Amino acid sequence: MNPEKVVFGFFIVLALTLNFGFFVGEIENPEHHHVFELFAVVVVNLIATVLKFGDRSQMGALLLATSLVAILQLIAAAVVWTFAVHVYATGLTPDVMASIVSLSGGAMLANVISVILLIIETVMLRR
Amino acid sequence: MDSIVFLIVRRMRQPLLTLLVVYAVAILGLVLIPGRDADGGVWHMSLFHAFYFVSYMATTIGFGEIPYAFTDAQRLWVSLSLYASVISWIYAFGTILSLVQDRTFQEALAESRFARRIRKMREPFHLVCGYGETGTALVQALTRRGQHAVVIDIDEARTNIIQLQDLREVVPALHGDAALTRHLQEAGLQHPSCAGVVALTDDNDVNLKIAITAKLLNPKIKVISRADSHDVEANMASFGTDHIVDPFDTFASHLAVAFQAPCLYLLQRWLTGREGVALSEPVYPPRDGHWVVCGYGRFGKAVCARLAGEGIRVVVIEARPELTGQPESDFVAGRGTEAETLNQADIENAAGLVAGTDNDANNLSIVMTARQLNPELFFVVRQNQHDDHDIIAAVDADMVMHPSSIIADKIRVLLATPMLYEFMSLALYQEDAWACELASRVSALVQDEVPSIREWSLDAGHTAAMHEYLVHGGQYTVEDLLRDPWYRARSLQAIVLLIHRRNDRILLPEVTAALKPGDRLLICGSRGAFTRMEWTVSHRHTLEYVKTGVDRPQGWLWRRLATHKGYRR
Repeated sequence: MNPEKVVFGFFIVLALTLNFGFFVGEIENPEHHHVFELFAVVVVNLIATVLKFGDRSQMGALLLATSLVAILQLIAAAVVWTFAVHVYATGLTPDVMASIVSLSGGAMLANVISVILLIIETVMLRR
Repeated sequence: MDSIVFLIVRRMRQPLLTLLVVYAVAILGLVLIPGRDADGGVWHMSLFHAFYFVSYMATTIGFGEIPYAFTDAQRLWVSLSLYASVISWIYAFGTILSLVQDRTFQEALAESRFARRIRKMREPFHLVCGYGETGTALVQALTRRGQHAVVIDIDEARTNIIQLQDLREVVPALHGDAALTRHLQEAGLQHPSCAGVVALTDDNDVNLKIAITAKLLNPKIKVISRADSHDVEANMASFGTDHIVDPFDTFASHLAVAFQAPCLYLLQRWLTGREGVALSEPVYPPRDGHWVVCGYGRFGKAVCARLAGEGIRVVVIEARPELTGQPESDFVAGRGTEAETLNQADIENAAGLVAGTDNDANNLSIVMTARQLNPELFFVVRQNQHDDHDIIAAVDADMVMHPSSIIADKIRVLLATPMLYEFMSLALYQEDAWACELASRVSALVQDEVPSIREWSLDAGHTAAMHEYLVHGGQYTVEDLLRDPWYRARSLQAIVLLIHRRNDRILLPEVTAALKPGDRLLICGSRGAFTRMEWTVSHRHTLEYVKTGVDRPQGWLWRRLATHKGYRR
């Protein structure tokens, strides 16, 4: 067992599970989507991205690409949140919440692909 | 470029992770620890504010405690996270700095810079593998003529030296093994502008590898290689290497030419010499007696074969015949550095002596000893080390054989003026009197320096005006070309040596010979003559003046006025 692979797999799966946790619930209801969860998703996704750095293989490149997509979407969600609450002070109205959650939903899709790729790689390794 | 990004990213993984975790923990702590607002009520910092605060705290910019003054609990947390974040920043910077100083990183950087420079090359260039004595001399000669070169050498000190040398063109240099295909490709072997590959390393096998790689990957380019043994030479010839230069055979053939046609040999030395070097004196190797050859290695063997071909008796002196093989001719065992062995070889009645061992000190000692025994001898000395040039010159031998400069001279001629090579081969079929006459004409052109040699082709490029004139039916003779455009009654200090017209070669054309578009000319002359001739071939107005002696007006208005005046007259 390779401890590096454990950590790698752990963060990639954690990125997906946390993302899913933030995403579930009514899309317009702020009470179903906590800000700490979004924070955790962003941090774990960033860590997952950095862990994928420096792998030259085709699989590594694809994994990194999915992570970059997820990060892009999540940061967009965080920026929308910040603008709504702090800059315009409109609060989390249903339409704002909907766009934040749908952005994180996109990120989740990227995370799903990431996990699928991880599984494919493992299966191919075992043959 | 890819490998550089890869290297940076790979090394930065750990520091970036540390930074991420420290930031996340610091932000989370700030959000969780309760603070007091201006009225004393409990207040929780939002994630956005916490991120903002940590961003300026971690970089120690510090804007103060906003939006409200911190409680002691918050301050305790901030002091902890301040140290943690500063340390992780130092760690990240340290990693970047050590990466920049890292040898592998710098090599990757240099290699990618080199590859980028090669990709940008737009003018034809020659790829020179091996930057030793020969390579240095060759690159200097090429750049002095405005030709481009790219260098590969396995020794980093040698590739670094290029930046210190005062070369006229930028010469990109790669530190790497030329035997590796990857390095040759990076250096532009398959580049569309690559005109030729020159293999000059001191390893026969590496030269062989370079030659075969070049022939396989880019069959249309010219491949020139140095070869020190006949086996390797035959091997290279088998797959079509264009020119194989063996310094020993080359010198031996020069010696044979000097025997048969001293003027031709002189002419050859003048025309193939480096520009700016003084004209050398003629040499007349004597035939009235036997020759003593010291050293029966590759050089000794090549010289003996040529001397035997001239019908001259040879006595060989060799210290280790068991290594070199027993010569067929008369033989004396010994080094030749002492009078005894030289006397055994009957030095007093000899006509010439070849000091051809692979040790410069021994060669000098042979010459000094032999000169005491017989001051009238004709001396040929082999120079092995470039640094020994001064002491070899001091013994004032009649002929010096220096492998590096022989190879460099030959390759320089092959690359810069291939027509000169052709000219010399044609001249071999001429009488020596022909060469003597030409030599006296050449020495009249230039006072005491080696003449300049140029190859011009009359096409739409450099000589556009001349080409256009000839294409439209204009008549131009060699005599016209050699007129001085400043004063046309005077002719320039230049001689047209050879005209190359499709499959015809016209050796030393008559002055009345007409030029044709597409001709390639080999011209020798003083440097000033070329500057003026360039006016004639590239400037329509000058060209017509030189031909007709009439200074025709150039502008439309003046031309109209001139026609008018001519009409009235």
